[in-house]
Amino acid sequence: MDRIARRNIVNYVMLAATGICTVITVSVLFLILGYLVVNGWRSLDWNFFTKLPLSAGEAGGGVVNALVGSGVLILIAALIGIPVGFLGGIYLAEFGGKTVPMMIRYTADLLNGVPSIVIGIFAWTVIVVRMHHFSAWAGGFALSLMMIPIGLRATEQFLRGVPNSLREGSLALGASKTRTIISVIVPAAKQGILTGMILGVARIAGETAPLLFTSLNNQFWATSLNQPTASLPVLIYNYAISAYDDLHREAWAAGLVLLILVLIANIASRWVLSRGASTQRG
Amino acid sequence: MKKQILWISILTAAASTAATAETINAAGATFPAPIYQKWFEEFHKAHADIQINYQPIGSGGGIRQITEGTVDFGASDMPMTDEQMSKVSKFKVLHFPTVLGGIVPTYNVPGVPSINFSGATLAGIYLGSIKKWNDPALVKDNPGAKLPNEDITVVHRSDGSGTSFVFSDYLAKVSPEWKTKVGVNTSVNWPVGLGGKGNEGVSGLVKQTPFSIGYVELIYAVQNKMEYGAMKNKAGNFVKADFNTVSDAAAGAAKDMPADFRVSITDAPGKNAYPIASFTWLLIPDKIDNATKKKSITDFLQWMMTAGQGDAQALSYAPLPKPVVVKEQKQLALIK
Amino acid sequence: MATVAVTAPPQSQPRKLVNFFRDGDQIAHLVTFLFAASVFLVTVFLVYELWIHSGPSRAKFGFHFLTSKTWDPVADEFGALPFIYGTVVTSFIALIISVPLGVGAAIFLSELAPPRLSNSCTFLVELLAAVPSVIFGLLAIFTLVPIMRQYVEPFLKHTLGFLPQFEGPAYGVGYLTASMILSVMTFPFIISISREALLAVPREQREAALALGATQWESTWQVVVPYARLGIIGSIFLALARALGETMAVTMVIGNDTGIHTSLLSPGYTIAAMIANNFTEATGDVFLSALVELGLVLFALTMVLNAAAQLLIIATTGKGSKQP
Repeated sequence: MDRIARRNIVNYVMLAATGICTVITVSVLFLILGYLVVNGWRSLDWNFFTKLPLSAGEAGGGVVNALVGSGVLILIAALIGIPVGFLGGIYLAEFGGKTVPMMIRYTADLLNGVPSIVIGIFAWTVIVVRMHHFSAWAGGFALSLMMIPIGLRATEQFLRGVPNSLREGSLALGASKTRTIISVIVPAAKQGILTGMILGVARIAGETAPLLFTSLNNQFWATSLNQPTASLPVLIYNYAISAYDDLHREAWAAGLVLLILVLIANIASRWVLSRGASTQRG
Repeated sequence: MKKQILWISILTAAASTAATAETINAAGATFPAPIYQKWFEEFHKAHADIQINYQPIGSGGGIRQITEGTVDFGASDMPMTDEQMSKVSKFKVLHFPTVLGGIVPTYNVPGVPSINFSGATLAGIYLGSIKKWNDPALVKDNPGAKLPNEDITVVHRSDGSGTSFVFSDYLAKVSPEWKTKVGVNTSVNWPVGLGGKGNEGVSGLVKQTPFSIGYVELIYAVQNKMEYGAMKNKAGNFVKADFNTVSDAAAGAAKDMPADFRVSITDAPGKNAYPIASFTWLLIPDKIDNATKKKSITDFLQWMMTAGQGDAQALSYAPLPKPVVVKEQKQLALIK
Repeated sequence: MATVAVTAPPQSQPRKLVNFFRDGDQIAHLVTFLFAASVFLVTVFLVYELWIHSGPSRAKFGFHFLTSKTWDPVADEFGALPFIYGTVVTSFIALIISVPLGVGAAIFLSELAPPRLSNSCTFLVELLAAVPSVIFGLLAIFTLVPIMRQYVEPFLKHTLGFLPQFEGPAYGVGYLTASMILSVMTFPFIISISREALLAVPREQREAALALGATQWESTWQVVVPYARLGIIGSIFLALARALGETMAVTMVIGNDTGIHTSLLSPGYTIAAMIANNFTEATGDVFLSALVELGLVLFALTMVLNAAAQLLIIATTGKGSKQP
């Protein structure tokens, strides 16, 4: 009897422990959001979104150049990363044989695993050194390298998920393979592909390390894409490690904005995916 | 799709407002960053078509980036060595002093308002041989002060810093052990301590860490309302850094300023001279191909040497001595 | 009725070439292949550039770079050991914290929680994976560091201070704080993938254990978890790979000290933090190439780990693991 009671106690204790583990890990997200909201909310005013930064100690500055700068960098990264990921994924799913796609998949996974600071070094050697300039191009290029594997994998995965019957039906009707892909397969997989692209954008939106020595930073507006540009993550980093309290507050506010954007993108991508799944079943 | 349209329209709006401005990129020392940023802002207000984007990444960064040619000019508290200057192939680097600043030992010791440090004590703290705030050496220089029995948390720079250069230069002059064991450079092998990035990072760490000590340019301690100590100068007096003591440190150097303006004024003689003071320089190429950039840079330098000097005192820097300005204006002509 | 000739007339060579390209499929094949191949080429180029730009440092130090403890820019002597040490220590301790928590949560979510609760909790945990590193760093500086300095580290010194791991002043920043923030960043990977691995275990296994009289915990711990162990281990490897390369959050709380210290309370450095702090200002070619070589070392480490993780995950979810 004793042994069974002991085993029962162990059972309840351990199962409760796993519940506690879950509570701890899930609550971290709420803690983070909570802190950011509490500390950042007060600094979110009209100035924050419309003015340029002023020298420390002067009130009324904003982070508008960082907001736009981040947008520009993401745009450049998307313009490079989306086509490569999308078209490359089509190759892997529709055209490739055995060995070549395997090699490409392996290197894409490798690229995905490269630490972001090393990607920054690479972008520096390829663009900054050759152009003799820190620039938005270099930053955007670095970010695109991080986006490509995600888009590639998502495209391939969802294209493969389209049932073969659709392919065969289209080919039977006389369409060429290209036509089939464009008009039948991709539209059938479009939710998943879109999800992958949104997730890719969400991932790079918050990346700081690759930008530290590619797009650097800028107190003013970047007058061209060949110039360094401010960005939200770099701004948060610089303000957080400074000693000025008002810069700290701006960092919290900027962090809140960044986090909300990233979370919205993630939630949106899941919503897109779930809608796609349900329409396919119907 | 909609997201991209939105960003494109924001971009074009932004681009059209900034389209006519020429951007000049500069990077370097954090030591003078507050006054440089103020100057560049003021200059931009007076010349709306010129934007000078200054990134405070440390003197080491200023030297590196001007060598690589990734910025239009650099800034450093450490004058470039002959070896570093020889690595710059496309042009010769001209050193233009801008202001004088003082590096202060700032600390976070609750309850103790002002602490005196001698050079040897400061070296001992940074070498790790003096470990506690109530060490006999500190007590000797601070009779009557209630120094706590706490460990000293040392904070230094984690990046390549001209402030570190000036600080280690001073320590090497007052401590033979420092000179042999650690040496003088923008980046050294610190025996103890935490690293902060930039003057801002060091002041941030000191502000948040009780019983810590760090070295920062005066303005950072003042703006962040942090305590800083007095240093024992060569004449044996304890002086705190301010407009007068820093200017006194440069008084001797002003007379014998070398033609290339590279000089160290640490541990200067003089009754009221502040011992950890330094010039800080802009590293300007002597050949600038882009005519608009050349005019903008020379205009800025001329303005900086004359009207700009008026901003120095309010930000706790000392302006350049008059003989130095006269010599500098002659160097302006060397920029082709 | 005359039959229409079905065969096409014989074609000349140029015509064959033109027809080859007129066929849209071949063009599409070529175009998509080029884009896919660019991924391969870029990665190869990345390794090449890292190799080339670390040349001066590799020439000067050779393999000694990996074992030398000195990092002295004045003397131009560089060694990677303190940074490798810091990277490994912080990641290892991060895992010591996050693996029990993560696997525990995964067990709860796969075995005990009703499906809707499980799905929503997993959703929330996976959102945690999307939080940018710099935001973790921001939080760590202002919330975690003061807590560590004022409560946790003094407590550890008080209770475990006799151990060399807990010596030295309580700075608040250092190896331990960096490990804690890294552990939070690795939860999502461990929970999400372990949960998938646990859910993949066939029902019969659980039912058989319960039928033999095991309690639910015994069934889970002694039957289900070992069955899924390859997937769980794979998730740990992935979490480790992420932790090794983490830059921003770590650099904001590790204290930036270039030495090797046994005490967890002491400041240190990781490879990624070192590169981030010094890259724009390395004066001198050897210094800069030493930083690039550090990047190469980090790349090699994460490459090996990622490969191991992929193999393990494929082994579990592809085939099914432990045979009875």
